[in-house]
Amino acid sequence: MTQDESRTKVYRLKGLKQRGNPYLWIGLFMTGTAVLMALVGFFWTPCSTTAMSAAERFCAPSPGHPFGTDNFGRDILSRVMKGAGSTIFISSLVVFFSGGLGIVIGALTGYFGGLLDEIVMRFTDAVNGFPSILLALVMISILGSGKKNLILSLGIVFTPSFVRIVRSEFIRLRDADYISRARLMGVGRLRILFVHILPNIFSTFWVSVMIGFNNGILAESGMSYLGIGVRPPDASLGEMLSDAQGYLLRAPWYALAPGLTIVWIVLGFSLLGEGIRQSSGEASDGR
Amino acid sequence: MQYFGKKTVTLIMTLFLVSVAAFLAFQIIPGDVVGSILGTEATPEREAKLREELGFNDPPVVRYMNWITGVLRGDLGKSWRYSKSMNEMMPVAELIGDKLPVTLWLAVLSVLLIVIVSVPLGVFWAKSRGRAADAVFSVLTQTAMAVPSFFLGILVTYLFGMVLRWFTPGGYVSYQDNFVGFLGYLIFPALSVAVPKIAMTARFLRNSLLTEMSSDYVRTARSKGATEQRVMYGHVLRNALMPVVTFLGMIIAEIVAGSIVVEQVFGLPGVGRLLISSISTRDLPVVEILVLYITAVVIVVYFLVDIVYRMIDPRISHK
Repeated sequence: MTQDESRTKVYRLKGLKQRGNPYLWIGLFMTGTAVLMALVGFFWTPCSTTAMSAAERFCAPSPGHPFGTDNFGRDILSRVMKGAGSTIFISSLVVFFSGGLGIVIGALTGYFGGLLDEIVMRFTDAVNGFPSILLALVMISILGSGKKNLILSLGIVFTPSFVRIVRSEFIRLRDADYISRARLMGVGRLRILFVHILPNIFSTFWVSVMIGFNNGILAESGMSYLGIGVRPPDASLGEMLSDAQGYLLRAPWYALAPGLTIVWIVLGFSLLGEGIRQSSGEASDGR
Repeated sequence: MQYFGKKTVTLIMTLFLVSVAAFLAFQIIPGDVVGSILGTEATPEREAKLREELGFNDPPVVRYMNWITGVLRGDLGKSWRYSKSMNEMMPVAELIGDKLPVTLWLAVLSVLLIVIVSVPLGVFWAKSRGRAADAVFSVLTQTAMAVPSFFLGILVTYLFGMVLRWFTPGGYVSYQDNFVGFLGYLIFPALSVAVPKIAMTARFLRNSLLTEMSSDYVRTARSKGATEQRVMYGHVLRNALMPVVTFLGMIIAEIVAGSIVVEQVFGLPGVGRLLISSISTRDLPVVEILVLYITAVVIVVYFLVDIVYRMIDPRISHK
């Protein structure tokens, strides 16, 4: 590989200054508002999330209750804020866990190769082929349900996809000129792995983080919808949806609020991921 | 032929490994569950008797052999929660039997919908490159991919069930009573599973088509005077559909997962619902068999996709 080639193959995030990238900006706006709403929800909500009121059952959206009220007369906006908070919080932990583990395993197997790599790859191949929600369900059924087990099982289930991406990036870069030069200069292995290579895979890695985040949100809300994730009294978007389903005719806004919030968050992160990919050096033709 | 043999060996090996994994996960890790089955009725004698009955006293290898030969002969073990009569536990096979067709048909209908809608959509989209429709499709599919299937199910219930009244939500018709009615009800859950996948597949096909359209043979076909119609349907589409077959095979797993969740939304008595309720009650033998079954189906579908791909692509069939 010539020097030029290896230079062009090191992708770099060109920063957020790039103007002609609507994906990035719309994605940032959508995720920004969602995360802001969730963060605010941790400390303050317009109304109490638990205060019930028989007089205010099933109020349609109004200035006092922008998203309406539910079957107990609770303010839906406040509950959506809480629910989005716990959904985003859980997915962040899941992504943090699986992404971190993915970096370590992917870096080691990708850089060193060999038997360990072979074993890990067969294993990730096997896991990647299966519906992630099924695997998570299996783990939940063994570990028992609850928030901690949900995070743990989703974290484990999502790890292989990160391993795969990090590994392929390390394989791509391990023979790049600047790495072999660093090696010749006697740079230590760990330093090569995490100081020389790692920063260069970040743009690709961030895209997969966004995808992982989305899958995390979909899986978490799906499982909470099924009643095996977050349980009441903790608010969760999935659990709200399953409640709302019973009152669909009476109060359609009850289902729309948490549902559209999920769509908003997921869409935001996938646009953001696309935006990051387009703003990194990698040419993209809309794929 | 040699390829086929090799693939079959891999298939059997994979199925074997999956069965070992399921066995380890559900029978070894949870440990001794006798107490939790008997609950308040537990006495040392009863526990000892049940332990003997469930084969917990045998070494793991013997237990695995007993279990897997049973599974292969159709004896799927017994549920811990459902009982047939006072002193008899419900066989898992009876529990699952009439639920399988529901899930199977749901998945089949979903796949049909995906293929029927996404192919014309992808072709149309690719043709409209650079025009307003291009952007509209782009926005629509991005959004559709972000909608979780259970929320889509709720939207479908509201729109088609409550506003338009095309079907009665919760009014499931058993396939044994009225097969046409059954399919008529199933089309709505299938729609909920299919829409996000239609968006994905159309997107994939569109990109595949655009890649193909910039290849040399298209230029040659055009320069020979072939019409755009002929270029698209005679040359490009066939080539562009190849990767789509693989793609469809890859999302089968997700379609199955989607079906599990959507069954819950529409109250379909399929294996997905049974799986969820068994997980909630920790009825591990049922979960074990269902997971084994779903996994086996997914693996076999991957296998078939590989074979079909080999058959329809003449370039890789005679190596």
